[in-house]
Formats: sequence, structure tokens, C-alpha cells
Amino acid sequence: MSKENSTHNLSIYVANRPGALARIAQTFSRRGFNIESLVVSAGATGDFSRMTITAKGDEAGLEQIIMQCSKLVDVLACREHTDEEVVARELALVKVAVDSHQRGEVLQIADHFRAKTVDLSEKSIVLEATGSSEKLDAMVDLLRKYKIIELVRTGKVIMARGERET
Amino acid sequence: MSENQMNGAEALIQSLEKIGIEIMFGLPGGSAIPLFDALYKVRRKMKFVLVRHEQNAAHEADGYARATGKPAAVLVTSGPGATNTVTGIMTAYMDSVPMIVVTGQSVRGMLGKDAFQEADVFNLTMPIVKHSYLVKNANDIPRVVKEAYHIATTGRPGPVLIDVPKDVGTEACTAGLEAEMNLPGYKPEPKGYAPETIRQIADALAKSQRPVIIAGHGAVLSRAEKELRQLAETLQAPVATTLLGKGVFPDSHKLSLQGLGMHGTAYANRAVVECDLMISVGARLDDRILGVPSQFCKNAVKIHIDIDAAEFGKLVKPDIRCRGDAKTVLQDLLPLLKKGDTADWIKRIDGFKKKWPMTYAKKGGLHPPQVIDALNKLTGGKAIMTTDVGQHQMWAWQFYRCDKPWQFISSGGAGTMGFGLPAAIGAQFGRPGETVIAIVGDGGFQMTMSDLATAVIHQLPVKIILMNNHYLGMVRQWQDMFYDERYSGVDLEGNPDFVELAKAYGILGLNLKRAADIPKVLKKALDHPGPALVNVEVVHHEEVFPMVPPGKPLEETVLCHPRRKPGRPAGRKNDPAKSGAKKG
Ligand SMILES: Cc1ncc(C[n+]2csc(CCOP(=O)(O)OP(=O)(O)O)c2C)c(N)n1
Ligand SMILES: [Mg+2]
Repeated sequence: MSKENSTHNLSIYVANRPGALARIAQTFSRRGFNIESLVVSAGATGDFSRMTITAKGDEAGLEQIIMQCSKLVDVLACREHTDEEVVARELALVKVAVDSHQRGEVLQIADHFRAKTVDLSEKSIVLEATGSSEKLDAMVDLLRKYKIIELVRTGKVIMARGERET
Repeated sequence: MSENQMNGAEALIQSLEKIGIEIMFGLPGGSAIPLFDALYKVRRKMKFVLVRHEQNAAHEADGYARATGKPAAVLVTSGPGATNTVTGIMTAYMDSVPMIVVTGQSVRGMLGKDAFQEADVFNLTMPIVKHSYLVKNANDIPRVVKEAYHIATTGRPGPVLIDVPKDVGTEACTAGLEAEMNLPGYKPEPKGYAPETIRQIADALAKSQRPVIIAGHGAVLSRAEKELRQLAETLQAPVATTLLGKGVFPDSHKLSLQGLGMHGTAYANRAVVECDLMISVGARLDDRILGVPSQFCKNAVKIHIDIDAAEFGKLVKPDIRCRGDAKTVLQDLLPLLKKGDTADWIKRIDGFKKKWPMTYAKKGGLHPPQVIDALNKLTGGKAIMTTDVGQHQMWAWQFYRCDKPWQFISSGGAGTMGFGLPAAIGAQFGRPGETVIAIVGDGGFQMTMSDLATAVIHQLPVKIILMNNHYLGMVRQWQDMFYDERYSGVDLEGNPDFVELAKAYGILGLNLKRAADIPKVLKKALDHPGPALVNVEVVHHEEVFPMVPPGKPLEETVLCHPRRKPGRPAGRKNDPAKSGAKKG
């Protein structure tokens, strides 16, 4: 077991059937894998869904999970992708408490991370940022200097580069 | 009735018949009445068997499938009817047995509202089915049944559940019975390997001087017995079989090591310890045969053939993995093999067999292995044997000699007490002309004995051999060996008079109390045209050996009780009957 409990990117292509998500979630939880983020969205055609899962666990456990997921009747493909192989994106909405004095500083941070202001009020500002999960982490860390009222992140979505299948 | 006037329930029954289901076991209730009404109205060839408990329905379907290779169906009502099948479904799932379980369900509008007898069976059973459906539309039924059958019977077989809300059963089904399957993600892949893999296996086998073959249920299910025998004889390699693989390689063959693992033969375990190559044909290499997984075949080349890729590396990391149907793989492999020169290895193994033969005690009361051995002689090893779970199961496995697959039926992965009798009933339905014997313990038998009624009604001539040691014997054995004889919760005081019980059902009941009577009493039961029960009053304290103690590697297989000589009954230190000690 080379990489103990490292984070893995998994992409699962699944027929859009009742129970499919529950079966996949059970496969992870039964084997002690902690799902960090899970994104389910429609695939290129409506009959299929794409799930992107980031999960923490050991290599041997991961291999089991990939095989167990692949074996599910509704699953067409379950693949792991290294960070290098994929384009990875995440979106975050951050609501920060700011008064008129702090607003300028916060907007500067937003500008640095190319975040957009999507809502502005007397006491707060909502920023929308997209990018790699690491970039969002960095931005959120800087914003912690102020009071973060709410934080919502979509979780990572990935797509294989070039001709490779996700 | 023409097809376009069908309701969902009728479509279900007709679809099951159309797909080839020959028998259905079940018990009705409110939500399932439309389904039973359809049985009444449209059933033609399919047999229906009314059980006395839904768990038995699942075990009977299971026994039928394990005796015939064909799946049977189960039909029960919602809520408690469905949850009663859970143990039976899990038993089938663990042992890769095909089965179609149809459960009634509350009407669609009441789902999630805690309606009377509503249980979320779809989610409850999710981890113990190969696949499942909650049917929301009657027009889906013909497709769902076709898919369920296909999924249950192909690849690695398993149970498939179909949950049918009551109003889906009564709704019109206009779809017609001809349905197209739509399973884009299902890939059973009997040939999921590259030709290169077969070459690698052949090369490894050519290099091996001390090969061992392990054959499991997968070899049975793929009907690979002929190819397996060719493999063994070509390589001149000994073959050990798992509990569920019993018979796929003849127990009487000179290359047979019989069973391996926790209660395997000492020579099988030794061969596995000393081999330089282990090739597993359709065995999943579970913890009951490995000893300590990390120590298993530590220095040997490990080849794993399995239809289910998820079995590779679960506990044992194979050097070569080959995903495929056992028969198909062996058919591709055999032409590449050369005759093995293993004379020294076989000689060594024959030495192990002489040194550690399978023996049993004959003095000091009746011993279960004696009875099994006598059955073996009386039936010529040709009976279909089902077992319950416990010591008697292990003795049946060790001492009944099978030369054919589909003959030894036992709950392996699940170890479900109560399996023996209903499995025998199912097996007898599947193979009516043959002798079916259920070896059961006094504990497990009492869990499902209500289906004695089923045996009587259908005059199934099953022979129940009840090894009555007045204990939950296997647990007592562990408490004796590893918990310093602290017997806790294992004394079966209050056992009924089983012979009188049999008589109450109208079954021939016989007592067997003396070794001298063994052939006479067993013969009387076997010759009886109807069902029979033999209550065998066996020694209360006896342990199953050989044994690999829990947490120990196969190297440490023990042949007799560490504190006693073989064959001598146990000390009675904490025997409540003798010492008046507290009962568990
Ligand atoms: C449903 C169920 N409950 C509990 C167990 C645990 N268990 C395994 S063997 C055994 C004892 C079985 O006793 P009996 O049926 O009398 O058979 P014996 O071992 O005495 O031959 C028990 C309790 C089990 N396997 N299945
Ligand atoms: Mg007992």
C-alpha cells in the first residue's frame, strides 16, 4: 500500500435508474471509504448520469471499490483519474460579512482569484469562484480573515484530457 | 385471456412462466393478493408450493437451484413477508445462487408513508442482491422479469428482487410479453481475459513442480468438472475442493485432497502449505479456507480464475488473475499444457494421506461421522446431501464422499442455520427420483422445521438425519477449545421428542441410539417411500477435527483436542447436566 489514505478522483458513468446512487454510496461506505465530494449530473444523453467522486482511502481498498462499482448492473464504467490526466473544476459560493470599510480588501482578493461578485448588500457580499479545488481552498483561507457567513462548494468535477474517456 | 387484457400481476406470472421458471415457493398476504390471484387465474405449468415461513421459501428455491442449476422463484407479501426472506436471500447471495424473489408492496401512493405492512424492501435488501427492481409501472413488468432472469443466471449468479406495489399488479399491462432488455451496464463477460493471460498461466504451470488446484463453486456453476479433471490429470496436480466445490472433482480420485481450510483434511492443508503454485478455479478464497490470509501460499505462485473480477485481491493478491468462466478458461488453457512430472510431489502427498488419514472415533457412544460413513456406504455416495450449519455440517462434508457436483448442498458463505431441511425440500422438487438426505443439527433444525408440513403435503421422500447432541455443538466446541470450557448459551435443554414430532406431522420417525443399529435404522428410513426423520442420539461432547484454530495459518492445523486424546469424550467440567453449574 504505497499511498495510505490519499485522495482519489473517480468518475462513474451510470445508467439513470432508481437506486443507482444508493448502490454506489453503499459500496463506498461498506468498505470504510470516506466520500469527500460527490457530484451527480446528467450525462451527454439523458439516459445516463455522470458521477464524480473524490474519496479518501488506501490503494487496496480503492481497487476493491472500483471493481465492486464496475460490477453493479447499472454501472457502465468506473475509472480512477490522476490529477494530471484530467481537467478538474469546482465552483464555490462564499458569503462574507463585510462593512463598507472591508469591502475593498475583499474585492481585491476576489479579483486575484477571478471571483465574481454575485450579490452585494450593506453587510455582506457573495462571491462566486471557479477553478481547481486547491485554488478555491486558497481563496477561502484568505477570506477567513473576515467573517464567512456561509460557504457552498459544488465538489470537484473532472473530465479526461484529449481523446481519453472520462 | 388475451395478452392485451392482462393486468400487471398476470403479466408477471406469465412472464415468469415464459422465461422458464418451473417452480415458485411462497406465502401470500394483503399486498400480494393480486399476484396470488394471477397465479390462480393464469398459471399453467409452473408449480406453486405453499411454505410455512417465508425464509423457507427462499431456502427451498435455493436448494432447487443448487440441485438443478435452474433458478426458482419466491413469492411473498410486503413488510414482514418480505423481511422474512432476507436471511434466505443473503444465503443465496453469499453462495452465488440464482433466484428471483417477488415481493408484494404497498400501493404506490402510500410508499414512504409507513402504510400497513410497508417496508422499504428495495433498500433493505440492496447489499444482499445481485440486482433489484421497484416496479412503478405495469408495462415495465415483462422487461423487468426478463432482465431479472438474465441477471440472476449469467456471469456470477445471484438473487434478484422484484418489488411490486399492489396497484401495479392490478393496473393494466398493455406492453405484451415480448420485451427487450435494456441493461447497458451489465457485463458478465465469460471471456474477460486476453489470450496472453492463458499463455502466462500455461508457462507458470509448466515451471511448477509442486502445483495444487483449488476448485470451488464457480467450477460447479460453469459445469467445468470434465475440464477440471483433465487439468488435474494432465498436470498430475492434486485437487482440494471448497465446501461448495465438493464433488466437482471426485472425492474418490487418487489426486483428490478432499476439502481444505478450517475443517479440511490435514493433507489438503499441508499440500497447500508446501505447494509452489496454487491455481484457484472458481473459488473466491474466503477466510474459512485461508487460515491467515497474508500467510496463505506465501511463497507460491498464485493464479486466480474467477468470473467476478471483484474477487481478485480481496484477501489474497494473485500473481496472475484471469477473469472468466471456469470452463471457458480451462478449455482455452488445456491445449497449451504438457504432461506434468510431479511424481515426487504426489508421493509426498500420498505420504501425508497415510500419516494423517481421516478417521473418527467408534467407541463410547454414537459418533456423527460413523453415521455419515454408514450413509455413504448405504447410498453408494450417490445421494443428494443437504446440510444445516454446525458440527454435523463439517462432518458431512468430511465423511460423505461425492464424485459428482450438484450433489452436496450447504450454506457456505452465510452459514445459515435452518438451511438444511428447506434446501432438501427444494432439491427433492428439482430431482424427484433421487435420494435426498438432510443432515441437520438439533439446533438448526428447530429454526425451520415448520416446513415438515411441506414435505408431507407433497409426499417428498426427504430423509432427515438429525444429529442430536443436545447442544449448539459448534459454538460449544469453540467455547470448549478457546474459552476454557465456559459454556454460555449453548445447552439445548427443552428439545422436543423429535420422533413424536415427526409422527405428529405424519412422518416416519425413528430413534437411533446404538452403533449396532446404524445400518438397520438408516436402511429403514432410506427404504421408506415417504419422508422420514431419524433422531440420532450422538455423543454430547465431541469436536470436529482437523481444525485450523481461528487466527492461525494452515501450517497450524490441529488433529485432535489439545487437552484430550482423539476419540475420547470431553471432560465434563462445566457440563450443566453433570455438575449443576449455571445454564446459559
Ligand atoms: C441463524 C444462525 N444463528 C446462529 C449461528 C451460529 N452458529 C453456528 S453453528 C451453531 C450451532 C449449531 O447447532 P446445531 O444445529 O445443534 O448443530 P451442531 O453444531 O450441534 O451439529 C450456531 C449457533 C448460525 N450459524 N446461524
Ligand atoms: Mg446440536
